[in-house]
Amino acid sequence: MTLESVMFYVLSSIGIASAVLVVTRRNPIISALWLIVNFFCLAGLYLTLHAQFIAVIQILVYAGAIMVLFVFVIMLLNFRDEHTLFERVTWKKNVAAGLGLAVMMEMIYIIMTAAYPSAHYFSRSGYIGTIENLGVQLFTKFLLPFEVTSLLLTAAIVGAILLAKKKMD
Amino acid sequence: MIPLQYYLIVSAVMFVIGAVGVITRRNALVVFMAIELMLNSVNLTLVGFSAFLGDASGQILVFFVMTVAAAEAAIGLAIIIALFRKKLTVNLDEINILKW
Amino acid sequence: MISELSIALVLLPLLGFLFLGLFGARLKNEKIIGFLGSAAVGISFILALFIFAQMAAAGPEQRKYTVNLFTWFSAFTGSPGGLSISAAYQIDQLSILLTLIVTGVGFLIHIYSIGYMHGDPGFWRFFAYMNLFIFTMLNLVLADNFVLMFLGWEGVGLCSYLLIGFWYEKKPAGDAAKKAFIVNRIGDIGFLLGMFLIFAAFGSLNFDTVFAGASSVSRNNSTMLWICLLLFLGATGKSAQIPLFVWLPDAMAGPTPVSALIHAATMVTAGVYMIARCSILYAAAPAALTVVAVVGAATAIFAATIGLVQNDIKKILAYSTISQLGYMFLALGVAAFSAGIFHLMTHAFFKALLFLGSGAVIHAMHEEQDIQKMGGLKKYLPVTYRTFLIGAIAISGIPPLAGFFSKDEILWKTATGDQGSWLLWFVGLLGAILTAFYMFRLVTLTFEGEPRFDEHRLHPHEAPKTMTVPLIILAGLSIAGGWIGIPHANALEHWLDPVFAPAQMKLLASESGSTGLEIILMIVSVSAAAAGIYAARRLYLQYPGKERAAAKRFPVLYRILSQKYYIDEIYDAVVVKPIASISEKILWKGIDKGAIDGSVNGAASFISSCAQLLRKVQNGVAQFYAVMFVGGILFILTWLLFR
Repeated sequence: MTLESVMFYVLSSIGIASAVLVVTRRNPIISALWLIVNFFCLAGLYLTLHAQFIAVIQILVYAGAIMVLFVFVIMLLNFRDEHTLFERVTWKKNVAAGLGLAVMMEMIYIIMTAAYPSAHYFSRSGYIGTIENLGVQLFTKFLLPFEVTSLLLTAAIVGAILLAKKKMD
Repeated sequence: MIPLQYYLIVSAVMFVIGAVGVITRRNALVVFMAIELMLNSVNLTLVGFSAFLGDASGQILVFFVMTVAAAEAAIGLAIIIALFRKKLTVNLDEINILKW
Repeated sequence: MISELSIALVLLPLLGFLFLGLFGARLKNEKIIGFLGSAAVGISFILALFIFAQMAAAGPEQRKYTVNLFTWFSAFTGSPGGLSISAAYQIDQLSILLTLIVTGVGFLIHIYSIGYMHGDPGFWRFFAYMNLFIFTMLNLVLADNFVLMFLGWEGVGLCSYLLIGFWYEKKPAGDAAKKAFIVNRIGDIGFLLGMFLIFAAFGSLNFDTVFAGASSVSRNNSTMLWICLLLFLGATGKSAQIPLFVWLPDAMAGPTPVSALIHAATMVTAGVYMIARCSILYAAAPAALTVVAVVGAATAIFAATIGLVQNDIKKILAYSTISQLGYMFLALGVAAFSAGIFHLMTHAFFKALLFLGSGAVIHAMHEEQDIQKMGGLKKYLPVTYRTFLIGAIAISGIPPLAGFFSKDEILWKTATGDQGSWLLWFVGLLGAILTAFYMFRLVTLTFEGEPRFDEHRLHPHEAPKTMTVPLIILAGLSIAGGWIGIPHANALEHWLDPVFAPAQMKLLASESGSTGLEIILMIVSVSAAAAGIYAARRLYLQYPGKERAAAKRFPVLYRILSQKYYIDEIYDAVVVKPIASISEKILWKGIDKGAIDGSVNGAASFISSCAQLLRKVQNGVAQFYAVMFVGGILFILTWLLFR
């Protein structure tokens, strides 16, 4: 067993386990912490796919920025009546979980039975994920979407400020 | 070398866990986290295909997804704060005005 | 030149209608309204005269003009079965004659109406409707295709409806208007179906194309027979012939000028005009001509017998109109088309005169219409009396007045024409005697003898100038109007010959009678008319009580005649009541309320109960919607996998 496959199995099992814990923990803080673990596992999986840049960004943006925002909000909203959030296992939830399970089975079935292209490009992938390559791509082929993204972020900043302001006037 | 299918299966499992989280949890914040989970599982798929097809477009798309996710997190959390101020709860069962 | 003039001729009354209809209510001044309304028609008449003069100056070959305004509608033009209808006017010898009658008589009646309608709150409305009538009638007359003619046909029907129900606050007027409209609708179905058949047979609705096609079809063709019979059904509706005449007597509920213009002089003759226009079609189906002749003769005598015992001055004239229209159809039926048009023209003069005279009488008697309550009006209404007497002599057929020439020509053609027969001639002669009798009964009871009203309470007075002048002019026309059709020097027949020649040729018509026979028949008919006049004067002047005694002796006959053969009652029992009860019991309560309303309401309540179930899905919880998403994904994946 190569190091690569060991890394894949370890990271993917931890990732799935942490994902389960995210949606099952009662306390949102705990959920958030398990989500961070999940993000780290994904970053590791990106590395096994030779996507260095994405892996770094994953940790910086998700685990760093977004999760800080989450934890900050959880702390900010001081849930006074936490008992209303007490999660119970009801039949509705069982139905929902059953639905999800069925969808999962079908997706796995499709993934297992589909035809795939031969993997000979994989050798090239070490170059694809470099910052250099992605930078060239972003500023040439994907320049317009990249610039539009800046507009989106501006809009998001304005919207967030407007929504979170104390008085809506 | 790990075959592409394995990555896809991991992604599918995580996606479904996220989806089940979205439809079962009552806490809006946890639902939000589950949505992030779903977005990340899709990112894994994109990166996997990118690597196996030798095409950088998948990774560029992940980059954009992350940007959108950041924007969405900012807006979504702001909405949750505004909602909490108004109704003093983040329980989705009690927020049921999205009808008629 | 002619085309511009003819467009102006048609549009002027329309402009008059639009102006009076839009602004008439604000124009308080009756003089302005009356002037505008009359001027629109008067100028039209002058234009028509001008066109007529130009046509007369041109040679007989150049007396036909087609004025194309615009393409009204078209479908699949260029391919077989295609249809193209243009708003186009055809001015020829026949249509210009009718135009002159419509605008000329119409103008006089407009002038008369200024006096007659004086003080009526609906003064402007009356003139607006009258102008609209002239416009639609001109469309009917001048149309160069069946569709535009039908537009005019329906338009005059509408104006007739509006004007019969002019005093709509009176229930009889409203009922009469509806009756006229509905009865006419039955005839219109015939006209429409006839049009469809024509289109199916000739692939066009243009007069020229259809008539050119008809001149080459074989005689006794069953399609042609059906076309002619259906068109004739339309004519019986508009021209009040058996079996659809019932609306005309009731139509007298309208103002008297309306009765004169629409229900005597012009609109009711539209059927005669239509059949004369389609003479070539009828020539291809001689059997239909026979039907026309028989129905015309039957109507002539039938209506005349009813007219004998009526007491309402306008009703007598209405039955007389029906009877005279019967004569016109008799003429058409024996292929004497120009004689029919001739009688149409003279009848327009003297019947308009008689109606206007009766209007003057009614005016003088303060809306009294029962001739049993009149008498001795001679000294109060000298002008009216004299003109009315001229009209009565003219309609009775005494030479040299107008009615004599036209009626005599009809009787002559009936007796000797290829399509005629001596039986029809005899019926016509009988009708002539009856006509003379009931007209002089009317004159005698109204104007002569001792007054049968309270002379101290009621002071009849002569009508104003605006009313008497038209009477005098019409009286002049009733005298002289027939001179254009003097036998053997028949200018009118000569004028109309190009229009009717193809039909005559197709029928291979020839005259078999000799001049000697013609003179004998003339003497017979004149002496018959004179006998009728003499009998009426003797009976009603010298033995005033005789009528009641006669009524006592023949109670059944008298009752049948005075109740108009119970035709209205029969129609009511056979047609109206069953339709009404079927409508109410089956169509309304069964089908409409039960099936249609039931299914509609049932569908609505079914949907609403389904919605009551489905609205539970819309519970407002976003997570539930997300569950639906996942369910949808599951469904789609399953579908894709296992289809």
